[in-house]
Amino acid sequence: MNRRHLIALAAGALLAATQMPLPASADALATIEKDKVIRIAVPQDFPPFGTVGADMEPKGYDVDMAKLIAGKLGVKLELVPVTSANRIPYLQTNKVDLVISSLGKNAEREKVIDFTTAYAPFFNGVFGPADIAVTDAAGLAGKTVGVTRGAVEDLELTKIAPADLTIKRYEDNNGTISAFLSGQVELIATGNVVAAAILARNPPKKPEIKFLIKNSPCYIGLNKNEPALLAKVNEIIAGANKDGALDAISQKWLGAGLPKDL
Amino acid sequence: MNYTFDYGWLLQYWPVLVKGIGITVELTLVGGVLGVMLGIGCAWARALGPRGLRPFVAAYVELIRNTPFLIQLFFIFFGLPALGVRMGELEAANLAMVINLGAYGCEIIRAGIQATPSGQFEAGASLGMSRIQTFRHVVLIPALQRIWPALSSQIVIVMLGSAAVSQIAAEDLTFAANFIQSRTFRAFEAYFVATLIYLALAIGLRQALRGLGWTLFPRRSAR
Repeated sequence: MNRRHLIALAAGALLAATQMPLPASADALATIEKDKVIRIAVPQDFPPFGTVGADMEPKGYDVDMAKLIAGKLGVKLELVPVTSANRIPYLQTNKVDLVISSLGKNAEREKVIDFTTAYAPFFNGVFGPADIAVTDAAGLAGKTVGVTRGAVEDLELTKIAPADLTIKRYEDNNGTISAFLSGQVELIATGNVVAAAILARNPPKKPEIKFLIKNSPCYIGLNKNEPALLAKVNEIIAGANKDGALDAISQKWLGAGLPKDL
Repeated sequence: MNYTFDYGWLLQYWPVLVKGIGITVELTLVGGVLGVMLGIGCAWARALGPRGLRPFVAAYVELIRNTPFLIQLFFIFFGLPALGVRMGELEAANLAMVINLGAYGCEIIRAGIQATPSGQFEAGASLGMSRIQTFRHVVLIPALQRIWPALSSQIVIVMLGSAAVSQIAAEDLTFAANFIQSRTFRAFEAYFVATLIYLALAIGLRQALRGLGWTLFPRRSAR
């Protein structure tokens, strides 16, 4: 899709969003069960949450989550690829029933759509090998932590750092990763997705989470005024959390189980 | 243009800049002094040294002069730890700069040595000097004098090239500018200030080297 198409699409989405009446009519869950199909928006350009594999099939954490929900509802799954810019308009214009697209919750979004409970961990934290025992910011005293300059975790870590913590700031995530793997720094402050990317290379030093800096887990988005669908999806998430299905997805794509507080 | 220039951050961030200047100056001093010494040694080895040594020195010079400084730096900092050689970012930066200037300095100084008339070697020998003594007293000083302007330029280039060490988190002047930029989002102002400081440092270094030339080579005009 070229730029002009994108702009046209965005403009169209905007028009549709402003002119079309909200699909308030109904009970989306009833429609899904009647049509035996659920339409779910997933990312296609955001690994490990959603990418397109060599076989052109979408795959990732969000895709597995979509499959899980469709399976529990006992309906056919229709995946709709979206970008981070158009995922909420797709929902508002009733092109999809759910958005599972590593969506974070904030006040602005809560005004226009509803959120289920969290289904995936997304956080910044301090990571390090198992033999370094650190559980909070104060425990970092005397340590050397690598971080990507200017990233959220850099700003947050600088605020909470004890006086004798050495922070080494690298130009980009690759520099931070290399510094950790080559032992130039003992720990790194980064996102769990970056840590997962390191784990995927199966290095001798495995970054394990020591403590969280900033937590903003992912939620499933759905239209407002859909209490039946909301309750049903929440029930599925709770069930998957209990029977370990969610933990398995997390292990598969993020290389680590779910944090206890999710 | 609706950009409002704002230098208010200087109040808060000047210590970062001062530290950055200090590290850039320190890297240049250590890199310059040790690099020129290494260059002299290699120039001697390549021009007058034992034949068995020359190919090794030539290989070192060609290896360094035909690869990017940034790659040499990354290799020392990120690569060598795999072989168990781990050094901090300042040591790695210093080492990379010495090795780099050593190779370029070698070729510049060798040019000066090879431009020395053979009569000067014979003059040294006829005074009963050993080869080393001849090199040190009769050959090296005039050779350095001849190539001093070129060597000075190379040292300035190495100082400016030290900006690359910010990539391994050595907190030099470029790191300071990047750091301030990422905290204040004042890109124009941060890099403008860094530009002015680099310019002042380069002009200052050039003048200092010219002064050093006058002291080292008082007899003939190196000016």
